[in-house]
Amino acid sequence: MKVDTKQKKFGMAIDLDKCTGCGSCMVACMSENNVPFKKDETNKLDSITWIKVYKVTNDKKYPDTDLCYIPRPCMHCDGQHGHAPCVSVCPAVATDNDKSTGVVSQIYTRCFGCRYCMAACPYHARYFNWWDPVWPEGMEKYLSPNVSPRMRGVVEKCSFCFHRYQLAMDKAYVEGRRELREDEYQTSCTQACPAGAITFGDLNNPKHTVHKMVQPDNKHHGKPKNPKAFRLLERLGTNAKVYYLSDRKWVRKLGDNQTPNEESSKKH
Amino acid sequence: MKIDRRDFLSLGIGAAAGIGAGTALSPLPWKLIDDSSIWSQNWPWTPVPPDGAVSFKNSVCTLCPGGCGITVRKVEDRCIKIEGTKGNIVNNGGICILGLSGLQLLYGPTRVKAPMKKDGGRWKEISWDSAIDEIVKRLKNIRKEGKPESVACVSGTDQGTVAQLIGRFLTAYGSPNYIRTSSIADSYEIALKKLHGQFSSIGFDFENSDFVLSFGSGVADGWGSPVRMFKANSKWKDSKDKALYQIESRLSNTAAKADKWIAIIPGTEAILAMGIANVIIQKSLYKKKLIEKYSKGFNNFKALVLKEYSPEKVSKITGVKKSEIIAIAKKFAGASRPVAICGSGQGRTPGSIFEFMAVHALNALIGSVNNIGGVFSVPEPDYIKWTEAEKDDVAAKGIKTDRIDGAGKKYPDTRYLINRLIDSINSTGDSPVELLFVNGANPCYTMPDTENVIKAFKKIPYIVSFSSYFDETTEMADIILPNHTNLERLEDIPLAAGLIKPVVGLSMPVVEPECNTRHIGDVFIQMAKLMDGNIKASFPWNNYEECLKKTLGDKWDKLARDGYWVDENSRASRGIFDFTPLVKNNRNLVKPEGKSKLTLIPYDSMRLTVGYIGDPPFAMKTVEDTILKGNDVFVEINPKTAAGYNLSEGDKARLTTSKGKAKVRVHLYDGIRPGIVAMPRGLGHTEFDEYLAGKGENFNKLIGPVEDPVSGLDAAWGIQAEITKT
Repeated sequence: MKVDTKQKKFGMAIDLDKCTGCGSCMVACMSENNVPFKKDETNKLDSITWIKVYKVTNDKKYPDTDLCYIPRPCMHCDGQHGHAPCVSVCPAVATDNDKSTGVVSQIYTRCFGCRYCMAACPYHARYFNWWDPVWPEGMEKYLSPNVSPRMRGVVEKCSFCFHRYQLAMDKAYVEGRRELREDEYQTSCTQACPAGAITFGDLNNPKHTVHKMVQPDNKHHGKPKNPKAFRLLERLGTNAKVYYLSDRKWVRKLGDNQTPNEESSKKH
Repeated sequence: MKIDRRDFLSLGIGAAAGIGAGTALSPLPWKLIDDSSIWSQNWPWTPVPPDGAVSFKNSVCTLCPGGCGITVRKVEDRCIKIEGTKGNIVNNGGICILGLSGLQLLYGPTRVKAPMKKDGGRWKEISWDSAIDEIVKRLKNIRKEGKPESVACVSGTDQGTVAQLIGRFLTAYGSPNYIRTSSIADSYEIALKKLHGQFSSIGFDFENSDFVLSFGSGVADGWGSPVRMFKANSKWKDSKDKALYQIESRLSNTAAKADKWIAIIPGTEAILAMGIANVIIQKSLYKKKLIEKYSKGFNNFKALVLKEYSPEKVSKITGVKKSEIIAIAKKFAGASRPVAICGSGQGRTPGSIFEFMAVHALNALIGSVNNIGGVFSVPEPDYIKWTEAEKDDVAAKGIKTDRIDGAGKKYPDTRYLINRLIDSINSTGDSPVELLFVNGANPCYTMPDTENVIKAFKKIPYIVSFSSYFDETTEMADIILPNHTNLERLEDIPLAAGLIKPVVGLSMPVVEPECNTRHIGDVFIQMAKLMDGNIKASFPWNNYEECLKKTLGDKWDKLARDGYWVDENSRASRGIFDFTPLVKNNRNLVKPEGKSKLTLIPYDSMRLTVGYIGDPPFAMKTVEDTILKGNDVFVEINPKTAAGYNLSEGDKARLTTSKGKAKVRVHLYDGIRPGIVAMPRGLGHTEFDEYLAGKGENFNKLIGPVEDPVSGLDAAWGIQAEITKT
């Protein structure tokens, strides 16, 4: 059997100047991935949102105040040696950084709920199921068979809608192809975003929009060459596959981008 | 062998240690604990969704007036996910948070599962036949008593075949009282009628605009057709030459997206528009030839604006710097395809007609009326061509009576005045409305001074609700004839939210009805058939589907295939722009009620739906903990103002207005003008499910209607309030 060895590195670029903070990505994700809900979801520590939209301000007084929304899915870190912070600490091998796609997986049935990964993740992208999910009578009908509902006691997180990749690959194989077109594998949040603020694709493929947007420098752990692009907590060296773009300097600074390019970029 | 005490102890300790070490070293107990946890994790309450054949069905979303195309992913007969339809004229693949949550409404616990009748204060299921019989009996009695005009309908729309069928039923029955709930659509309609002399809807060519001057319109907060507006906003962002200026007292999401945020004193937007007109005229920046050729009363307008609205004076009233007013005017007049828009927040409540006229006059001055990138007067889609309903003597007499809401009389250009309906019910002994139909509206939640509205609804002897969900108004009803939800029903949806051509969408059933519901169109046809004479004769169709197909004629195929139909032949009405009504009404500013120091204003957000449908659980989950925590709603106050009231972040407080009180918590926010308290709309529901009911407070309880002197519509944008720490 011929095995495709060409490595993919799926990643995301989010234009923060376009993001309106409407929350569509969050719900697109919940409804795609069978994320449960409770009566009270205002305690955000136990409210499961694979992609969460943070609201930040420039901390200036009226009327110089500005605000920005930062959607935060799982960053699918590559780390410095191919290991995401969560992958390194998992004693159950329940999470893995897939070399062929760059997607950091989570295998619920292997997870025994130690939550080391949650402690290790600098982005709070992982969530623990403190309770079994409960849907009101009748609502289980909308659950998708593509994503297994999680049980109490396991950790879950954004999978870059990996089941969509699998379905697209299945289809491609049936049609005798080994490669996907750019639009064949898109995450649910990317597809739904009404502002078109999210771009998803293969960071290793120079033809993909996401690559053109961020221009990742793979010799330097994927650091973006585009001066407007940045990653959250870049200095930690997590080598995230989610990039952000903004014209606004204070936003980039808040994202902890300390690259030399920073100063030369356009002021907002 | 003798065992002494020493041996006994050492053996005992040794055994204990052995068992201990054995336990620790043996995997058995750990394995058992692990197994039992895995075993209990797999108890059958963690569902395993059944797999099956996947299919996709297209329809049009009707959860808001936006009219987005939706594609529903199905596994066998179950709907799994709602997505935006690629290539759709409105949303091209994008979808909003409410549309995405649609399946929670379809399969949710708030559905009215069958016809219900209130029996001693409790809902009891009844059959469709007996429900319809009961209503028909009442209708016949009222007609026999010679009071057909006492039957009324409150509806979210007056367009499309369903609304027209209900209107036709009322006309044939003998009542002029079809009442549409109000929004900025009314304000724009009236402003256009006054300025252009013709009834039309407003359309905006945002995709081609290069400068958008928004007087508080939440283009990134759900104003207009939300997804279309998000896409337009992104398009403006893509180009360095395009800009959005947001004039609003609070740094909303729209203001944050804008290239400039102008924090105006709320309620003075009309004055600022006049001030901008002053600069444009003063500096001769307007399109002189166009104005000469296509307008009336310009000289009076010019004289007024130059005399009364100098930038100095306007600056004092609006709180916007003189230099800024001049800069905005120059930028606006200097752009090649500018457009000025208004209607605050999502535009769910009408506003001051003075403001709408003043803003629209800016468009006229720089030639953006019926021009690329500007605003268009769009005729209503004209595809329903039924013969007039037959009228017998009772009907002919009935429809000539004055409307209960007084629309069209004192305010000749106002077609519906729902706020006056409430007053006229409450101001008389017996309610002038004997029987009320409610469809696609939830006035007992969405209307200002909610308590007063509820009081009026209590006085109405018989209320028929067609709601698919248990909402606040349905709870006041006597009988519910639940309509199919948007995913279960066939309906033409004329898109009203700001497109530049008349567009009709087709909502298609994507799934078999989940509950014992019935299409509202079928119910009205059925009721008509049970009535006698002219009413029966006015409804020649056997069912709604037949009626719709016959009405659409050759458009049906196109609609069924693409989901929408654009009336390409329609032309924007090119009337003369008459400045006179604006000159006449230029002092009619709407002031907030009360005498307190603080001004309470509402704000809209995509995550909290403010229409007749309540926020579904998914959407509620996205509400930030600085807006809702537990059951407490937060109000936003500038830290400077808060300090004056000794309030710090998270403090509990009581908010009091002349209409009501609310328990709130305080969120300090620099992005708001001092002296203002902002409260989110969309919370404080008392009905719907446990995921929504009882959370936060309803803003509408705290505000009362303030009649606009030009239109008679409610134009309250805020109210004076007191806040005290508790």
